[in-house]
Amino acid sequence: MLKLENLQVTFEKGTVGEKKALRGLNLHMKEGDFVTIVGSNGAGKSTLFNAIGGRCRLDEGAIYLDGVNLTGLPEHTRARDIGVLKQDPLKGTAPTLTIEENLALAYGRKSKGGIFATNRRDLEYYRELLSSLDLGLEDRMKTPVGKLSGGQRQAVTLLMCTISSPKLLLLDEHTAALDPHNARKIIGITEKIVKEKNITTLMITHDLDMALSVGNRTIMMDEGRVILDISGEERDNMTIEALLESYRVKSSKRLIDDRMLLS
Amino acid sequence: MTLLIGSIELGLIYGILALGVYVTFRILNIPDLTVEGSFVLGMATTAVLTAGGNPILGLAAAVCVGALAGTITGLLQTKLMINHILSGIIVMTGLYTVNLSIMGGKANMSILGNDTIFTMAGSKTLVALVLAISTAATVGTFFRTRVGLTIRGTGDNEEMVRAASIDADRTKCLALAIGNGLVALSGGLIAQYQLFSDVGSGAGIVVIGLASVIIGEVLLGRRGVAYGLFTAVGGSIIYRVIIAFALKVDLFPSYSLKLISAIVVMIALSGPYVKKVLREKKSVRKRRSMVKHIKGYVR
Repeated sequence: MLKLENLQVTFEKGTVGEKKALRGLNLHMKEGDFVTIVGSNGAGKSTLFNAIGGRCRLDEGAIYLDGVNLTGLPEHTRARDIGVLKQDPLKGTAPTLTIEENLALAYGRKSKGGIFATNRRDLEYYRELLSSLDLGLEDRMKTPVGKLSGGQRQAVTLLMCTISSPKLLLLDEHTAALDPHNARKIIGITEKIVKEKNITTLMITHDLDMALSVGNRTIMMDEGRVILDISGEERDNMTIEALLESYRVKSSKRLIDDRMLLS
Repeated sequence: MTLLIGSIELGLIYGILALGVYVTFRILNIPDLTVEGSFVLGMATTAVLTAGGNPILGLAAAVCVGALAGTITGLLQTKLMINHILSGIIVMTGLYTVNLSIMGGKANMSILGNDTIFTMAGSKTLVALVLAISTAATVGTFFRTRVGLTIRGTGDNEEMVRAASIDADRTKCLALAIGNGLVALSGGLIAQYQLFSDVGSGAGIVVIGLASVIIGEVLLGRRGVAYGLFTAVGGSIIYRVIIAFALKVDLFPSYSLKLISAIVVMIALSGPYVKKVLREKKSVRKRRSMVKHIKGYVR
């Protein structure tokens, strides 16, 4: 499904500030896999997502999605198969457009509704999707998204990322900017949509409890590499303490504090 | 009365210019200076073809060359990564030469005595009204289509549009093409209305367009894109009527038009910020006086 081979990314190459963000990262994912990613700041988690999404250039390595080599394709072409959701709820939606217009933008070429952006058939579908969120948004489809709360906006963005059934979904700490109640709600919606549509998913999180309870596989990153990869029984028996312990053992950095992984 | 009708006609024709400025400035969120060149480009193209006996073809050609000029600005911005203000200035400057060469190297050109769309239809007011309204309606309808929505999305949140697998470079070029096509159409109509074309008439036209857009929004309110397009035309009419009467009563000399437009745009654009600062100052003063009051009470 997703195959990452020897990914290498360097920032500010050839200058004093040169930083190797990814140093030969390898990862294979099966269809329907839901992988959670943990790691301290600067481990290369977001760079990995940018590399897959086409927002940063690879020095070396290749990315295959469903056997297709994505390396070198522009961002908007990859976006047909890849949905990306970021931490900031303001980034994923167009604030002055209404909820239905935002969904129409995301639905785009998958819609068979003719030349007008909001037609009756699509609107029915959007209403159905919105009511599945259970946030009452189906009655506010003509409201500009800028008027919604952070949690509501993130829920709409989640729908937008998944509305055209992408092959791969990248979630970059998408609940970190929300309060605990809304974060739980968004995680619940995420799990439901991913399961229904059987989307292969990667999720970055700093919440170790969430990392072990959501999805079916967890990887830990450090210095641009995968240093731990657990699934199945090993993952079921893993505790947060054990996860931190293995970080201490395997990480190249001296941990001053366990919080480094958590923040 | 003649003065009023004349300024309404001008307001309607310049209203199409305001539509073009609305598309780039309000919808795409880019202040586009290409307009200064493409307005004259439309004028010159229409004048030459009108002199050759093809007034309608002249207007159609104006739209096409205007759109082409807009596309070039778009390509400079998106493919060559030139700053968007600078892209406009570069194309506008280049167009000056193009415009002169279209008019055979002369700075102005008269089409007096030739058939125009106005003489053909008989009523100037009717032509201006029908063209302004139908153009606004067409553009408004376009922005409700899928493609139109991608342009509105690009102006609102470009990053998100790219994430939705839309080529934002293309939508930008398209919006600039539409905006400049409209501006050139307005220029072509002005050439046929006043029966001459002048290479210098583009100077300050972008500010006049902005003034119309802003006057329309302030006086008629902001309520969505389709409504906004009509307020732009409305703003253009109001602008022309005010100017005509100000000049009529000798309030200003006739050459003060551009300074007035510049001041109107300056006030309107700084308005929201100035209002906010004043409000904050007021609330600080209120709080201070409250603190003083409480302190006095405690003593």
